[in-house]
Amino acid sequence: MERGCTVANETVILEMRSITKEFPGVKALDGVSLSVKAGEIHSICGENGAGKSTLMKVLSGVYPFGSYRGDIVFQGHESRFKDIGSSEAAGIVIIHQELALIPELSITENIFLGNEPRRFGVIDWVQAKKRAVDLLARVGLEDDPDTQIKNIGVGKQQLVEIAKALNKSVKLLILDEPTAALNEADSQHLLDLILGLKGRGIASIMISHKLNEIEQISDSITIIRDGKTIETLNVKADGVDEDRIIRGMVGRSLENRFPERTAEIGEVFFEVRNWTVQHPLTAERMVVKNSNFVVRRGEVVGFAGLMGAGRTELAMSLFGRSYGTFISGQVFKDGEEIKLRNVTEAIAHGLGYVSEDRKALGLNLLDDIQNSIVSAKLTKIAKLSVIDKVEEHRVAEGYRKSLRIKAPRVNEGVNTLSGGNQQKVVLAKWMFTDPDLLILDEPTRGIDVGAKTEIYGIIRDLASSGKGIILISSELPELLGVSDRIYTIFEGAITNEMSAVEANPESLMKSMTSAKKKATLI
Amino acid sequence: MSEPVTAAKKSGGIRDLGKMFGSGSSGRQVGILAALVVIIIFFQITTGGLTLDPTNLINLVNSNAYVLILAIGMVMVIIAGHIDLSVGSIAAFVGIVVATSMASWQFPWPVAILLGLTLGLVIGVWQGLWVAYVGVPAFIVTLAGMLIFRGANQYFGNSTSVTVPSDYTFIGAGFLPDFGPDTTYSNGTLILGLIVAIVVIVREWRLRSTQRKMGSETSPLWVSVVKVVILDALVVYATLLFAGGRIGTSFPVSGIILGVLVLVYSFITRNTTFGRHIYAVGGNWHAAELSGVKIKRINFFVMMNMAFIASIAGMIGVARAGASGAADGVGWELDAIAAVFIGGAAVSGGIGTIVGSIIGGLVIAVLNNGLQLLGVGIDRVQIIKGLVLLIAVGVDVWSKKQGRPSIIGLMTRNRSALTDAQSGAQVNTRVDRPSVEPTDSTEESVRPQSTTPN
Repeated sequence: MERGCTVANETVILEMRSITKEFPGVKALDGVSLSVKAGEIHSICGENGAGKSTLMKVLSGVYPFGSYRGDIVFQGHESRFKDIGSSEAAGIVIIHQELALIPELSITENIFLGNEPRRFGVIDWVQAKKRAVDLLARVGLEDDPDTQIKNIGVGKQQLVEIAKALNKSVKLLILDEPTAALNEADSQHLLDLILGLKGRGIASIMISHKLNEIEQISDSITIIRDGKTIETLNVKADGVDEDRIIRGMVGRSLENRFPERTAEIGEVFFEVRNWTVQHPLTAERMVVKNSNFVVRRGEVVGFAGLMGAGRTELAMSLFGRSYGTFISGQVFKDGEEIKLRNVTEAIAHGLGYVSEDRKALGLNLLDDIQNSIVSAKLTKIAKLSVIDKVEEHRVAEGYRKSLRIKAPRVNEGVNTLSGGNQQKVVLAKWMFTDPDLLILDEPTRGIDVGAKTEIYGIIRDLASSGKGIILISSELPELLGVSDRIYTIFEGAITNEMSAVEANPESLMKSMTSAKKKATLI
Repeated sequence: MSEPVTAAKKSGGIRDLGKMFGSGSSGRQVGILAALVVIIIFFQITTGGLTLDPTNLINLVNSNAYVLILAIGMVMVIIAGHIDLSVGSIAAFVGIVVATSMASWQFPWPVAILLGLTLGLVIGVWQGLWVAYVGVPAFIVTLAGMLIFRGANQYFGNSTSVTVPSDYTFIGAGFLPDFGPDTTYSNGTLILGLIVAIVVIVREWRLRSTQRKMGSETSPLWVSVVKVVILDALVVYATLLFAGGRIGTSFPVSGIILGVLVLVYSFITRNTTFGRHIYAVGGNWHAAELSGVKIKRINFFVMMNMAFIASIAGMIGVARAGASGAADGVGWELDAIAAVFIGGAAVSGGIGTIVGSIIGGLVIAVLNNGLQLLGVGIDRVQIIKGLVLLIAVGVDVWSKKQGRPSIIGLMTRNRSALTDAQSGAQVNTRVDRPSVEPTDSTEESVRPQSTTPN
């Protein structure tokens, strides 16, 4: 890394030529080529299932040499990686979307995991710690290296991953959706760090769905669609912007990313008063403070806030007290107070909750599509608790067609679906419960642009049918484009309320990062 | 008897054979069933025909019914993501109480059986409370239960054995009664066989009509016909074997109890909301909870049910032996757990079927029996059983890593992979075991009852 500064800017560090990777019956990559110059940030864009992850797995040796066709030339040598170990030895380090850190171990232990400095066969912790402090300084992390990973946030964990990579003398860093789980501030810090590494001559390949970030830091962009390289753009020379990237990804431009607001907004039917939730472990900490808000029929209500602001906590505590230890406050529906003591009661009162983490909280990945769709309201298709499987199939087929879930049959396992289609299954699951109020927590996280547009369409359709929607999202354009009204949350308290037409990213961000206005009004 | 099966495999096209025994989801069961058939043929040849001799078959059913019954409860526990180590001790404790109630307190046997079932439920409530509501892992709760109820058995029976009255022993050592004209066969068993044969046909017919209603692809008619013919041929063959044994013997009562339990619990796990919730809790309890599943209640009932089933197994074991002793049920839990895992359940929960576990249990049973017939000592039998468990699960894990759900499941896999090209990467990078619910192979639940001897 230190010695990387001298690398000339125009030399090609990595050349992947006509990579073809086939799985039984599927051509995941069809002659993909990729050329990364030394010291550049090269983004790979494509819809989910386009083949980005497969390409990176070929590069990092997850799919060993021989299981694909084509050549990989890294630093002038033809490389035949047989596993991750051999690609790391060559200086290629991949940081996955799901971080590979052990929560119970300290930062130092994680950085040197599998690569411990040894003296006479015994781990030299003094040496390790000294190097850890050094590495942490380089990624701009000031925490004590003895801190356990579970006690630092996702943003910092991401930095630890990079420190771990730096320790391995990385020459080419691959980042798969590095900012997917980060808030804006942490994302920016991470992007700055990647730019800093570029200054030290470390090339990066970045996969991200956040096109604004790609546009911001990339030097080149390679677009992959359906397992084929579509084009490689030079950001500066070609004057690339988001619309240009989207056009390449989907093969057409998405003029109207957000559907029109056609729903007729009715009267207030759902109201929350003085909602207060304690952190489940620390009694002094209030994660939701005295929150008041209302939802009208046919209205999409956005909730904006940084990660950790308490948006998810608010939603989950409302949804049958799924979060938090002690709750005070009242919920009114159609003018009457209702009790939501558990999820069953919440569902019975017409609430639905699409969680932000569909794999951990939303779906049983062992299940098939039809079982998943009916799972939140089995009683609807069961008589005397015996399930009517014909009816189940009919219901699931209906949703498969109406939501355009891309699967040949509804008895296909949900684990075979792409992220966007899994999300549609989760949406179908909650639509099947026929809720009056549907809470959507980051409904478009980690899914591609095309599927996002479809999901926006579904949200608007639900609103048009008279349902109230709560939309929690970290993407401000999405909140502004889909919501009718937006609340901002900061440190557990609702700080502002504005109409989506009047709001703009700047005004939202202001209320998301400071506790004035409404907090003082109450 | 097994020739038709292998013949069909060759001629009928791999895919249609897969359909014959349910869709791709039960591929693993087909694999293990094939293994069972191979083992039976092997022993039939090496023992010179002793394996499929009526007397041996009847003995096989009698001496394994209780372990297979335990496997029914155990697979539900394992699907929910738990384990139960206490079933052998519970069976022993219930056994000694039931035996004493008849021997010392002069309880009539039906009352004694009710007492045993009640005791099983009470023990189940005890363990269920600890697991579901206190939150102690089932491994610990049932490890404690293993000690507690083993001790309770010895304390209650003073470590001696208690003989049970002979009219009680029929549930473990009895046979279907004979009546009517002298046909040289047991008429009771013949009628049972006839019923099963008809049920096989009706089930297949109903399956086809259900598939048509769903509008899903039905297998060609000839597949159904061949399937019914093969199954009914097996039923007839088994019936004649069981009915043609020594005078006074026929199909064992314990086998009938097993068959009824398999039918009932297969229905529960496949077709009821409770069954669906067990899979949901084992597959992803977070998601289940957020879908309104009452997890604690499910865990409670699963553990309670296991103890209830253990009490049935214990009473049958006592009836078969004619007495209850201090060493009853030792190691039963391990046999049951092995059966479940050979039958395709996942250690992490969420996957498994009753029918698969019964087939897994039969693999062990036939192996045990065949090796004994060959005169292999108990020491080597244990070694072989251990290796079979290891290899069965090892092959499954290995084939999963290769991106195939299971050896036989491979056949049906290709089809879905082809049609799923849009998510190509996902399809292949993370292929889990075949999905949970065999949705359309209801006829399988009938088969173990009739082909148990095979």
